[in-house]
Amino acid sequence: MRNWYMLTLVGKDRPGIVAEVSQVLFEAGGNLGEASMARLGGNFTVMLMLQIESEKDDVENLLKPLGKKLGLFFHIDEIAGNLHHHVEPNFRLSVHGADQAGIVAMVTGVLAGLKFNILNLESDVGGSPKKPIYIMHIEGFADCSHSSLEKSIKPLINDKKIIIHLTPIDTMMG
Amino acid sequence: MAKLKILVYPDERLSQVSQLVKAIDNKITSFISDLEQTLSSFPGCVGIAAPQVGLFERIIIVDVSSRPQHKNHGHLVLINPVITFSEGNIIGREGCLSVPEYIGKVQRSQKIKVQAKNEVGDDVTYQMEGYEARAVQHEIDHLDGKLFIDSLVGKRNALKKRTDF
Repeated sequence: MRNWYMLTLVGKDRPGIVAEVSQVLFEAGGNLGEASMARLGGNFTVMLMLQIESEKDDVENLLKPLGKKLGLFFHIDEIAGNLHHHVEPNFRLSVHGADQAGIVAMVTGVLAGLKFNILNLESDVGGSPKKPIYIMHIEGFADCSHSSLEKSIKPLINDKKIIIHLTPIDTMMG
Repeated sequence: MAKLKILVYPDERLSQVSQLVKAIDNKITSFISDLEQTLSSFPGCVGIAAPQVGLFERIIIVDVSSRPQHKNHGHLVLINPVITFSEGNIIGREGCLSVPEYIGKVQRSQKIKVQAKNEVGDDVTYQMEGYEARAVQHEIDHLDGKLFIDSLVGKRNALKKRTDF
């Protein structure tokens, strides 16, 4: 039986990391599932699903020399490979404001109270080093109305001086 | 009336360009009934194109009336549709009966004008925008052998820095 693992790799970014990692995994008989790579603060980061016959220790031994060569930290978790079960978001929040600690905790805390399931979150720090701004996009699913969601996030806008735009997502199925 | 079988990617026939409908005869009228039944068997689906069921003629059906929050013209059968005007660009999420279990972001024109013949052969012109315009563009792409996965913009397209330009 083939096992599914989630590989997390982090290190200093440079061209060619994905190519080298995927080649090593391919040559070992691995098959990649869903993956998400991002450059965060100049660091290479990727999480990718790997399906392979090998046991966890063997995958670790496979990645050790590669991690050393590319200067990558890596982490392996055994997971359930539930492909083909996507949940579609029905709301998008776009948040921005002067950078301050706690924006994510405040916004997502309110969303958690509404059982809003975050499916995608991206954030960035822009602006100038002296006046940084924080920008975040969240897509997720909540079984509640647009108005109740809007009502819940309104106090944040007033208290924390951040702007939050809430938009319903209506996927076109054709 | 009969529910027709949907061709599913990577079926190569989905990349075939469809021919103009020459005459709206009994065969075409009967096919349109079948296509309507097929579309209505997928709740939540707002459009279908003839090549999705293996007939490579330029016929689409779009019906956004189930989503009254979006401006729409109701149930539309468009034969030999042509977009004669388009304006603006907007990114939105799309899915497709021919590409199960995948939703992607696609850039489409915000406003379009479409000319076609309806199911009884009358010339029709519609100006539409937003969701309905997206549906028509998605279905016309099928007639040209294109799927929405040929026009994806990246999943992480929401954040764009000035250095991207």
